Amino acid sequence: MIWPIASAELLPLFSYLYELLESTGLPQPWLAVVVYTFLAALVFGVLSLLALFLVWWERKIAAHIQQRFGPMRHGWHGWYQTIMDAVKLLQKEDIRVATRDKTVFFWAPVVCFVAAFLAYVTIPFGEGLIVADLNIGILYIMAVTTFTVISLLMAGWGSNNKYALLGGMRSAAQVVSYEVPMVASILVVVLFVGSLSMVDIVQAQAGGIWNWYIFRLPYGPIAFCTYIIAATAEANRTPFDIPEAEQELVAGFNVEYSGMKFAMFFLAEFVNAFTVSAIAVILFFGGWHGALLPSWMWFLGKTFGIVLLLMLFRWTYPRLRVDQLMEFSWKFLVPVTFANIIIAAWFKYAGWYW
Amino acid sequence: MTLDLVIFLISSVVAVFGATMMITQRNPIASVLFMILSLLAQAVLYIQLGALFMGAVLVIVYAGAILVLFLFVIMLLNLRGRESLGQPSPPISLTVKYALAVLFVLELIMVVKSSFSSDVFADAGNPGVMVMQTDNFGAVNDVAVLLFQRYLYPFELTSILLLVAIVGAVILAQRSRDDDGPVDAASSGESEGKAAE
Repeated sequence: MIWPIASAELLPLFSYLYELLESTGLPQPWLAVVVYTFLAALVFGVLSLLALFLVWWERKIAAHIQQRFGPMRHGWHGWYQTIMDAVKLLQKEDIRVATRDKTVFFWAPVVCFVAAFLAYVTIPFGEGLIVADLNIGILYIMAVTTFTVISLLMAGWGSNNKYALLGGMRSAAQVVSYEVPMVASILVVVLFVGSLSMVDIVQAQAGGIWNWYIFRLPYGPIAFCTYIIAATAEANRTPFDIPEAEQELVAGFNVEYSGMKFAMFFLAEFVNAFTVSAIAVILFFGGWHGALLPSWMWFLGKTFGIVLLLMLFRWTYPRLRVDQLMEFSWKFLVPVTFANIIIAAWFKYAGWYW
Repeated sequence: MTLDLVIFLISSVVAVFGATMMITQRNPIASVLFMILSLLAQAVLYIQLGALFMGAVLVIVYAGAILVLFLFVIMLLNLRGRESLGQPSPPISLTVKYALAVLFVLELIMVVKSSFSSDVFADAGNPGVMVMQTDNFGAVNDVAVLLFQRYLYPFELTSILLLVAIVGAVILAQRSRDDDGPVDAASSGESEGKAAE
């Protein structure tokens, strides 16, 4: 029996831990379990901090766009406001509707939270800073992110509330529609790399800014634009946030959730926004490649740039109507991305790319 | 007891548990959710065999696309497990059911037994026999070669079959709409008119 995870690359820090544990005489398989538990805890901690930071950043950007100050009371420019919010949400009463579907209502936030973090198994934060370089990397991320939509449907159904149900429905329809242009835009890059592995995709863009796929004219910029539009919809962010449109659905799928369960949905939303930005950086902006600074700084900096783009979308564009949303996906994005694949395949076949 | 065996035991127990719960639940939503659980455990089994691509595709296609549509339709129909069990089946159909079940189990045993005999593996040239490759089993390249070179014709035929099903579904939906009179908003009617032209 083959166990592919065993061939994974470890962080330099964890190879040290590995040797330390090996010297204590722990048997080989349990060594892997201990090391991966540490890795999982580390990734989880870093991402939770990132999500808390993103919440604060989003509030500040929203405030400055609307000529306000935003959070100012806790620390310098309110830097620990979201930590106080998290503490508040932890202490709140867990209100549960009597008519809920008990099991489904309980598991929905858990599935949403886990699905948001699963993608980070194959995301390289820097050179060698990857948990496992699976040879199906990008496909694995596509697979695990589909659980977000199942969790939203579960939340909508389990709440036994018509607004929540409508929110879950809208989310399912939206994600199923926008998954097609998203995967089709990713395929353009995969076509040129010839591999699904995240490390291979980044390494194919080594050697200067002009090797990034965003600068592969004409299909690179088109693929990036269609990807970022579809990714905004996948992450349920404005202008595609109809699953939780306040004016129409109160708060959509999470209307009946309170306290920590609501916080889990909320944090997962920000982790998802960071995930789609990280994938955009890996596919189109050369991943960790950059001069002078260490690789993880370049990766984080570029990813924050894309997150900033998503935040600017959110606070400057109005929300789409449901029918506009569907027509935009099926009548505009899907034909454009398919045409883009054909153009890219033609370039690859003719050998015109550089 | 190795780690492989522990993971295999856990995921196979979860797979069988999910499948059993799926057919015994009265609530259709719970059935679909248990089916997703079972498929996830099956994906873990594929990954353990080294077929990462097959595992990912199983999750994307079934859990991600088909079962989401299932959930969608069931929720829209609003089946909340309230419907009655209905009339008990007449005895003839019951005997037919049991006979078919026994036949199916026998078939399953024969297939499993034959796949372990060495004759099948020796006959690699026969296109009707599934050939097990140990070193690169289920990799992207291998699946692509099988689908787009060796079995290209049946693969394309299947896609035409699916297209026929889609067209059939659209026609059925359109006919029922004519019976009920105008239902939807002007925008969807307009788009369907364009498609018909």
